Amino acid sequence: MADEKKMPPMGPNGAPPQGGPGMPPNGMGGPEAQSKYSRGKYANTGRGGGRGGRGGGRGGPRVNEKPKDGKTTFFRLMRYVTHDKLKLAIVFFLVVFASVSSVGATYVTRPMVNTLSTLREHPENIRKILLLLGLMAGVHIANTAATYIQGRIMARIALNGSNKLRSELFDKMQSLPISYFDAHPHGELMSRFTNDADSVQMCLEQSFRSLISSALTLISVVSMMVMLGRWPLLLVTAGTLAVTTLVVRQRGKKSQFYFRAEHATLGELNGNIQEMIEGLKVVKAFTHEEAAVAEFNELNEAYFQAAHMGNYYGMSIMPFTANINNIGYAVTAMVGGILTVFGRMDVGALVTYMNYSRQVAMPVNQVSQQMNMIYSALAGAERIFQMIDLEPEVDEGKVTMVNAEELEDGTYVETDHRTGKWAWKVPMSDDRFAMVPVKGLVKVDHIDFSYVPEKKILKGVDVYAKPGQKIALVGSTGAGKTTIANLINRFYEIDSGSITYDGIDVRDIKKDSLRSATAVVLQDTHLFEGTVMENIRYGRLDATDEECIEAAKLANAHSFVRRLPDGYNTMVTNDGANLSQGERQLLAIARATVAEPPVLVLDEATSSIDTRTERLIEKGLDTLMEGRTVFVIAHRLSTVRNSNCIVVIEHGEIQEKGDHNELLDLKGRYYMLYTGQIILD
Amino acid sequence: MIKKFVPYLKEFKKQVLLMPVFMLLEVAGEMILPLLIAGIIDKGINGGGGLPVIMPYSIGMIVLAFVSLGCGILSSKNSAVATQGFGRNLRKALFEKVQTFSFNDNDRFSSASLITRLTNDVRTIQGMVGMAVRMVLRTPVQMIASLVICLTMNAKLTIILGVALPIMALFVVKIMKKAHALFKAQQTAIDGLNNAVQENLIAIRVVKAFVREDYERGKFKKANDDLRDASMNAAFHIMKVFPVMTLILQAATIAVYYWGAFDIRDGAMLTGELTAYVGYISRVLMSVFMVSQSLNQVTRAAACATRIIEVLDSDPDIKDGTATELPEAKGRIEFKNVSFKYRTGTGDAVLHDVSLTIEPGEFVAFMGGTGTGKSTLVNLIPRFYDVNDGQILIDGMDVRDYPIEELRSRIGMVLQKNVLFSGTIRENILWGKPDATEEELRQAARDAQAEEFILATPDGYDTFLEQGGVNVSGGQKQRLCIARAMLRHPSILILDDSTSPVDTMTEAAIRESFHKNLKDTTVVIIAQRISSVETADKIVIVDDDHIAAVGTHEELLKTSPIYQEIYQSQQEGGAMPNG
Repeated sequence: MADEKKMPPMGPNGAPPQGGPGMPPNGMGGPEAQSKYSRGKYANTGRGGGRGGRGGGRGGPRVNEKPKDGKTTFFRLMRYVTHDKLKLAIVFFLVVFASVSSVGATYVTRPMVNTLSTLREHPENIRKILLLLGLMAGVHIANTAATYIQGRIMARIALNGSNKLRSELFDKMQSLPISYFDAHPHGELMSRFTNDADSVQMCLEQSFRSLISSALTLISVVSMMVMLGRWPLLLVTAGTLAVTTLVVRQRGKKSQFYFRAEHATLGELNGNIQEMIEGLKVVKAFTHEEAAVAEFNELNEAYFQAAHMGNYYGMSIMPFTANINNIGYAVTAMVGGILTVFGRMDVGALVTYMNYSRQVAMPVNQVSQQMNMIYSALAGAERIFQMIDLEPEVDEGKVTMVNAEELEDGTYVETDHRTGKWAWKVPMSDDRFAMVPVKGLVKVDHIDFSYVPEKKILKGVDVYAKPGQKIALVGSTGAGKTTIANLINRFYEIDSGSITYDGIDVRDIKKDSLRSATAVVLQDTHLFEGTVMENIRYGRLDATDEECIEAAKLANAHSFVRRLPDGYNTMVTNDGANLSQGERQLLAIARATVAEPPVLVLDEATSSIDTRTERLIEKGLDTLMEGRTVFVIAHRLSTVRNSNCIVVIEHGEIQEKGDHNELLDLKGRYYMLYTGQIILD
Repeated sequence: MIKKFVPYLKEFKKQVLLMPVFMLLEVAGEMILPLLIAGIIDKGINGGGGLPVIMPYSIGMIVLAFVSLGCGILSSKNSAVATQGFGRNLRKALFEKVQTFSFNDNDRFSSASLITRLTNDVRTIQGMVGMAVRMVLRTPVQMIASLVICLTMNAKLTIILGVALPIMALFVVKIMKKAHALFKAQQTAIDGLNNAVQENLIAIRVVKAFVREDYERGKFKKANDDLRDASMNAAFHIMKVFPVMTLILQAATIAVYYWGAFDIRDGAMLTGELTAYVGYISRVLMSVFMVSQSLNQVTRAAACATRIIEVLDSDPDIKDGTATELPEAKGRIEFKNVSFKYRTGTGDAVLHDVSLTIEPGEFVAFMGGTGTGKSTLVNLIPRFYDVNDGQILIDGMDVRDYPIEELRSRIGMVLQKNVLFSGTIRENILWGKPDATEEELRQAARDAQAEEFILATPDGYDTFLEQGGVNVSGGQKQRLCIARAMLRHPSILILDDSTSPVDTMTEAAIRESFHKNLKDTTVVIIAQRISSVETADKIVIVDDDHIAAVGTHEELLKTSPIYQEIYQSQQEGGAMPNG
């Protein structure tokens, strides 16, 4: 499957009415969305299907969602296309030209028909015909050229605009605090990049000029009609337009109702597909295929019911508008016929008027469809801007970590090459810097922390790690072990107390530097698409192949990597789905190893690795961690036994502290855990 | 390719047949319309027939409009039903097909890609079918009818069409040929962008921990720019259709006016006829235009169709066995010279010439390093994969001879990467045996040491689990999975490294309940802790691709260096020098 790569469970560039189950949070989607499958994780498949919305696979209006503050959003969105004012002005001019010239081309019909009618009596008029035809050809060529050129320019402007929008969105996303990602499902964020950015792009590309041209066409057609027509004809036209608008509205409302239902049922259906396919192995293990198919059929049917009604109402708008228009045309012919019979109008004028009356409904129809598109684009843009406007992670720190050289007198100076030694570069009041060697002395001093105000996770926790020490955190799930690791990295802000590195408060250290000083291996390992080598190198981008392989050896990953189809060049796909959990953990350790950080945090990093391999890794790490500080979080007590200090945490509070033997002598909680008298969960 | 999709429309024969009827009537109405208009102009207005002539024509037009509206509505209705129904049926066929997939097939396609095929690709094709259903008949009929009318009105002028049509067709074909590749490139770029974002979201902690925000920005920028460029290439290419087609269309119209003018001068044609003729001729050309526009979609859908057919046509590599006389379920497992290699990899064999017999009621543990073939070995028992060489016998019969459902009903399995489904706790455990009684259900939960925490949840057994069971802890999830497997009352119970998130005490309790309640059940576990396997009847040490040793705890402590090492690693840690 060469072109398969990793495919997110959602369709590319879907137009919202086709949209997947990604129910944006703020109001769109309606109450129907609140079903079993639109909860939680399922909300993710933001992208709808296909690009049918663009190709016109579906005739109807889109789900009508109104932006909260359309005007502000509109002007802000315009900034993404107006940076090149000259191009935009050219487009505007060309659109005006194209609309006017196409109306003009129709107007040429009048003298043409009139002249044609006289040809029998005045054969010499053929010259006039030739002239008119030449004029017509010229107008058409100019019109076509204008349309083509403005289309090209506008496509470029729109694509660049949405490109810029996505870029800004991603840039902002990179700077958001972890807590933001905790609170927002991935699917929801994904759909900003996909659904929302797409509808904005489509709107920029099409709606803008289509709106201008529709408006211009309407204005010029109507003014031509007014010029040509007599009031009875105009009344007929006005009546036709009114009826058309009414019908479009009424049908549109119906189809929107069903489109909402379609949206919701599709969400459930896609959610079910995702769950059942991801759990396929369990389905098979329990021979649950038939039950799975039955449930799927039910959802598939529900979706069909909603979708075909929505589709029907959407599609039936066309015959309605076309035929109402035809009726209007017939009535116009009758009334116009009467007028010509009484000599109130010439034949050419009537034929031309009738031609216009066929054109007049088009812009009305177009505008009504565009309005829906614009609304959903503005709503999408609003969601994107909301995210762009978010406050980035707090990073007021001034202290940075730099490569350093130790002078003979023991002081550190900054260098620009990698020495394996680092120093904190602390700005002083007089524009100079103090250099503090990075030793890995980590002091967690009486901290309180809570994710949500009312629920304290950590209460007065003290942990102290001297350089080169291995500190273990032990406790039940939810006791707060991982939280402490996350705070050392400053993924979250503590409520009170302090955390210091070599005596410097982490809040004074620039986050980049702080995190470079700490390598974390998480329980849920995440690998990136790329080769095994690239994944290891993620720890330090300038590491050589040899250094990466060396790290792999230390992490005991070398032997299994060698057996992969292409060794270190084997592609990791699907977040490492082609590797076992244990193998992924080994790679994650290699990745952290290559970073050579002063402080290493292993959060259940060896939970899926067998104890024998774990011991081999430990030996490797022992050499690596010479003089570096390690925090180990583990369930398995065999993993933590040889730590300098074991910290037992329960309910956010430290229960016991000491090394293995001390804690055993204490005959407290650790002793009970170790002897299996109490259990961890 | 199209043939493959026809069966999914079969159910909607009525709609598919009715729709063209309505559509033809609608098209017929549209065809007659210009004739009526010509009548109004030539006979009523120019011919001086006045109102008496105009009235009937106009009334005819109004009647025609109503008929045509009715037909339009009915054909919309039928086409909506047929199109959406087609999508429903195709999706269903795919889903059912996927349900027949072996683990191997599943690995080959990858879940994410299967999901895309079932959701996105089906919808794209469905959209295309909807369009095709509406256009396939309408456009040619419209075109042919217009052509015939043109010919009867003025055969000479129709020559102009004879020139214009082939030029347009040639041009469209030329554009489309290249468009396919460009759209494909665009699709790939979309995948690339989605991938970049999704990967980043999933691994945001890793990104931040390693301070790789700028690196990721670079990656994203590239994906983003690639998408823009690919979209632009495709858009610009396809845009060429518009001006060329329009110009040909206009040129043809002007030519008709030109030659028509001479005919009118010579009395061979009336003015109204000529305007009607122009109307028809532009209809012919417009339908070519429409076809060219829809080819866009066809090109796009073709890629999706290929992907869907790939799934539909894939032949699941594990076929049902045909044995009718089945041995009594006792739980004897025999590996005979088994070799195995994953189809997807070009790497070495995972298992090589493995032989082992497990007697009914035995408690057997597999141990070995990360990356040895332990999991693979047990996955061969329920035939999730088929062996490359040798055979596996259950109760004396080759697993390949069992009907799969029968085979798997004899086995309870707790997978390494276990999955709970959105639904209540009760529903999840009932997966093991859908018709279990309340007492059986609770017994299984108790045996798996799960009841205590289940009762502590807000709604007990009716507590709703989110997808993947995110609202229970790892250990609780495991115990639910064990309960689910135990409820099956299988003759063979396989636990693939499933007690590692469970603490030693709970594990001991679970093991205890195995001994008590599953006396006759063969229990196969993969474990890492010595304490989990000490009491096993047999401990099997897997190293690289073969079995290194088999024996009890005591035997292996004496004979197996690997086992000794594992034992050491778990006993001595506390006495390490710096401890």
